[in-house]
Amino acid sequence: MLVSYNWLRNYVNLDHVTPEELAEKITRSGIEVEGVEYLAPAVENIVVGYVKSCEKHPDADKLNLCQVDVGEESLQIVCGAPNVGEGQKVAVAKPGTKLPNGMKIKKVKLRGVESNGMICSLQELGLDEKYIPTDVAEGIFVFPEDAEVGTPVQELLNLDDAVLDLDVLANRPDALSMLGVAYDVAAVLDQPIHLPDENLNADESIQAEDYIDVKIDSIENNPYYGAFVIRDVEIKPAPLWMRNYLMASGIRPINNVVDITNFVLLEYGQPLHAFDYDRFGSKEVVIRQGKENETMITLDDQERQLNEKNLVITNGKEPVALAGVMGGADSEVTDETTNILLEAAYFDAASVRHTVKQTGLRSESSTRFEKGVDPNRVKRAGIRACSLLQKYAGGKVAAGVVEVDELDKSEKSVTITTSKVNQRLGMELDEKDVTSVLARLQFEFSKNGEEIVVQVPTRRLDISIFEDILEEVIRIYGYDHLPYTIPQGWVQAGGLTDVQLLQREIKNYLSSAGLMETLTYSLTNKQDASRFLTPDMEEGTANTVGLAMPMSEEHSHLRLSLIPEMLRVLQHNVARTQTDLAYYEIGKVFISEEEQITKQPIENLHVAGALTGLWHNHPWQQEKKPVDFYVAKGIVEGLFAHLELDVTFVQTKMEDMHPGRCAEIRLNGKGIGYVGQIHPLVAKDFDVKETYVFEINLESVFSVHQATPSFTDIPRYPSVTRDIAFILDNDVPAGEVQAVIKETGAPLVKEVSIFDVYQGEHMEEGKKSVAYRLLYQDPSRTLKDDEVETSYQAVVEKVNNQFGSYVRS
Amino acid sequence: MKEELQAIEQEALAAIEKAENSQAVQEMKVKYLGKKGSLTTVLRGMGKLSKEERPVIGELANNVRESITEALEAKTEKLEREALNEQLETETIDVTLPGNPVHVGGRHLLTSIMEEIEDLFIGMGYEVKEGPEVETDYYNFEKLNLPKNHPARDMQDTFFITNELLLRTQTSPVQARTMEAYQGKRPIKMICPGKVYRRDTDDATHSHQFRQIEGLVVDKNITLSDLKGTLDVFAKKMFGKDREIRLRPSFFPFTEPSVEMDVSCKVCNGKGCSVCKHTGWIEILGGGMVHPRVLEMSGYDSTVYSGFAFGMGQERIAMLKYGVNDIRHFYTNDVRFLSQYHQA
Ligand SMILES: [Zn+2]
Repeated sequence: MLVSYNWLRNYVNLDHVTPEELAEKITRSGIEVEGVEYLAPAVENIVVGYVKSCEKHPDADKLNLCQVDVGEESLQIVCGAPNVGEGQKVAVAKPGTKLPNGMKIKKVKLRGVESNGMICSLQELGLDEKYIPTDVAEGIFVFPEDAEVGTPVQELLNLDDAVLDLDVLANRPDALSMLGVAYDVAAVLDQPIHLPDENLNADESIQAEDYIDVKIDSIENNPYYGAFVIRDVEIKPAPLWMRNYLMASGIRPINNVVDITNFVLLEYGQPLHAFDYDRFGSKEVVIRQGKENETMITLDDQERQLNEKNLVITNGKEPVALAGVMGGADSEVTDETTNILLEAAYFDAASVRHTVKQTGLRSESSTRFEKGVDPNRVKRAGIRACSLLQKYAGGKVAAGVVEVDELDKSEKSVTITTSKVNQRLGMELDEKDVTSVLARLQFEFSKNGEEIVVQVPTRRLDISIFEDILEEVIRIYGYDHLPYTIPQGWVQAGGLTDVQLLQREIKNYLSSAGLMETLTYSLTNKQDASRFLTPDMEEGTANTVGLAMPMSEEHSHLRLSLIPEMLRVLQHNVARTQTDLAYYEIGKVFISEEEQITKQPIENLHVAGALTGLWHNHPWQQEKKPVDFYVAKGIVEGLFAHLELDVTFVQTKMEDMHPGRCAEIRLNGKGIGYVGQIHPLVAKDFDVKETYVFEINLESVFSVHQATPSFTDIPRYPSVTRDIAFILDNDVPAGEVQAVIKETGAPLVKEVSIFDVYQGEHMEEGKKSVAYRLLYQDPSRTLKDDEVETSYQAVVEKVNNQFGSYVRS
Repeated sequence: MKEELQAIEQEALAAIEKAENSQAVQEMKVKYLGKKGSLTTVLRGMGKLSKEERPVIGELANNVRESITEALEAKTEKLEREALNEQLETETIDVTLPGNPVHVGGRHLLTSIMEEIEDLFIGMGYEVKEGPEVETDYYNFEKLNLPKNHPARDMQDTFFITNELLLRTQTSPVQARTMEAYQGKRPIKMICPGKVYRRDTDDATHSHQFRQIEGLVVDKNITLSDLKGTLDVFAKKMFGKDREIRLRPSFFPFTEPSVEMDVSCKVCNGKGCSVCKHTGWIEILGGGMVHPRVLEMSGYDSTVYSGFAFGMGQERIAMLKYGVNDIRHFYTNDVRFLSQYHQA
């Protein structure tokens, strides 16, 4: 809502407050003022001049030679504007003036003729193009005849006005009117309010009811409709002051009738509509719901398809307006209009909102109906408009208003007590502090012992309960007076849950392991949303979740894996010559078990990593190690070692992954993730080189993780190590053999590690040698050589039997 | 004899002093202390001495032996030290060459900010609650006093999945779920951080996905002053102890009264600059007293219980605190951006 400072002065005394100070006060006490703008930069020496004579320039067809009276003197001015003419009152910039556009006015000779100034257009006076009425957009501005010669143009055109841009939120529709803002400003400044003149001297010789009848078929959507009749109007420009205020409010003046309805709309917050009475098509207004297949042409010359949910104004035969939204083209006020049918009505917010949503037509009028108008201002706004039409359009206002009125105009009352106000605010206000705020807001109240019964004016639709009054009290009294306290009373030990702590622990580990955390979008494209699934998700039962109306294809579906968006991060960095990258992310994936989603999807927390380029790079010592499978796996192993959980890795094949370089990660025999190289073709699609990834479903980890590890005593007796190298077939996984050794050697064998893998020269074709180191230990005694030997032989025998291997000599 | 011994001592000490290498020192040892050495030779004449002289000369001889031994040892140590020093000198390296690089990882700036805020409130006794990112219309809107067709719903453009399912536009549904779970039976002190989604076109100040953190306190006798004091603690911790806060009226459907909190501008110290749009204040977060309808809907008797709630965008806090000028940096994950905040 744009609020003209000069207009507001008509209702509240602003003598002691500048526009900037006012903006600050309004912001602090109610509505955020987003900015203060002056209509035009300050200019001096531009005054109203009277064009005494206007002749063609002797040597130039397009120039005019004018003699202009500016009060103290008469100036000869050469003017190029086509619309300049004798007898006009115009804006004259005298020599020495600097125009807002930087142009300096000097005495000059134009084609041999002296010119002592310039006749200005509104643009040249610094007014923004968008405010300028279309009828004066071309050429110089011509003042009404009553403009006094010599008057500074600045104030006559309201160019010194400041406009406050109020950000009115949904709770304060009252502030979508000058009067609403005035009530608030009066309360803030503790000043009285001056209401506009609503006196109307109707022409008793004509009766409205002789001209029009009103019938409402849809009373719930239209509980009040008032029809006024104004005859013999003269369509012409509205008075300058009104045009000025409209321009300052961001509304382009059109003609007196339209301008007056817009002026009252802004002043009262009540939309009005003026029909051309003679083109209305009947003598009765019938308000009803639209019909299927009914159409009408709106003011913007668009044909609108109607239905039963649209409230329409009809002439008894066909629709003439979309109620509260837009009028029809056929009954529009034109330059030829002489008789007016003026509508002042109350339309239900939801009904108007529906039509707005359906048609996409949002206007100053519909916005106000959608948010709610003051039921007690509807008729008054009509009367106000009639009195202005009488005054500025020369109209004869027919006596009486033809109306159907079932509108609830009663005021709500809210009971408060000072002690309850203090209890909620944490303050110690006196009753007088509270009641004086109510008085400043012009809320009537009565007292009943401790209780204060507040009558809430109908303009304040937002106030219905105690807390609403509480807000009024503190915002006008001032938030700065609130003390600073901390909640007293109930206490709990704050903190993180085990699962939250574990997430932080995983971040600690991965960060220390050299990975950088990313944060990517949950929404990705349809294809990528269902790739790289962890093994706990089964094909067919893990469906993606798509948006009903995505903004773009790139962000249309919720992800089932973190990897695709992380690959996109790698792609972004690689394209910027950052080639050695190691990233991790913890975030949710969204799994719908239904193909057509009806209930909330499962949300599982995942951790994922993506690595590419060099893992280690120390050039001058010729040490370079690119990321490989075992780097990625090592990070995963370290993670689980850190969490004190045993996982196993099993060779697996996954779509989008390298067929020979991918392992499923199993916890307690259940697949919970994978680690491996992404398929070179996928890497190519993402413009990245050899890339390794891992992804783990953390929900499975959370379910088995012990927050407090139990204590194990540090061994006191020495351990014994024995090495064995087995010659194995190439396709026997070393890890499986390792597991068998550990199982067979238990309980004496505590650890089994692999310290050498050899293939190639001196080795039989298709075979490999894998060397294991076994660590024997008993926590309660020193082991004897022969029991270690027995256990060792058992391991050798078991492995050789199971894998067809033999011990390398 | 006494004179002979003293002469040997003097000669030996002088000779040892002059020895240039360990071989020479070894020779000295043989020459003076060996079986055929001069000291031994002299001592052989001990038999000729009187009973009274013997212990005196014996003691003197021991002293001489000790003195020569000490001198030999000292010389040996000195020579060894010299040899070692010489060797170490040859082992000198160029310490200005770069060291073996260690991969440095780290948290995302938003994680650091989130954990900082979490820890601040944990310290004041808050628990950390989380909830689903795909929410129902009921918890995201209706439970928060935003019935269907409420005009304030237009304040947030929502990503709908079905008529009833949506991506949450705020973390407030976690508050609604927590209140509902406690059914008016106990006080609440909680914060809820998390991702939220809105139909905004991504630009320097908008992101279709961002992170919020909200707080909720419900108890008997919670006041608006409690909210102001709590937010003041928060602002001073996040932005510096010299910062001041102010509250302004605002509107949120789930709080009444509702406020907006500004922090005095750090750049200009409240005098006005381009960062604070010449107001001296920067808008940080919104909050207010929990609307009685919201309390009642979750089983809290609003005549007994009152509460406050507040919420903020984590990106906004991070941008203000670290001077980040484009929200998209958080989601592009350029390594040159992320690595600037290793220790944030
Ligand atoms: Zn500043």
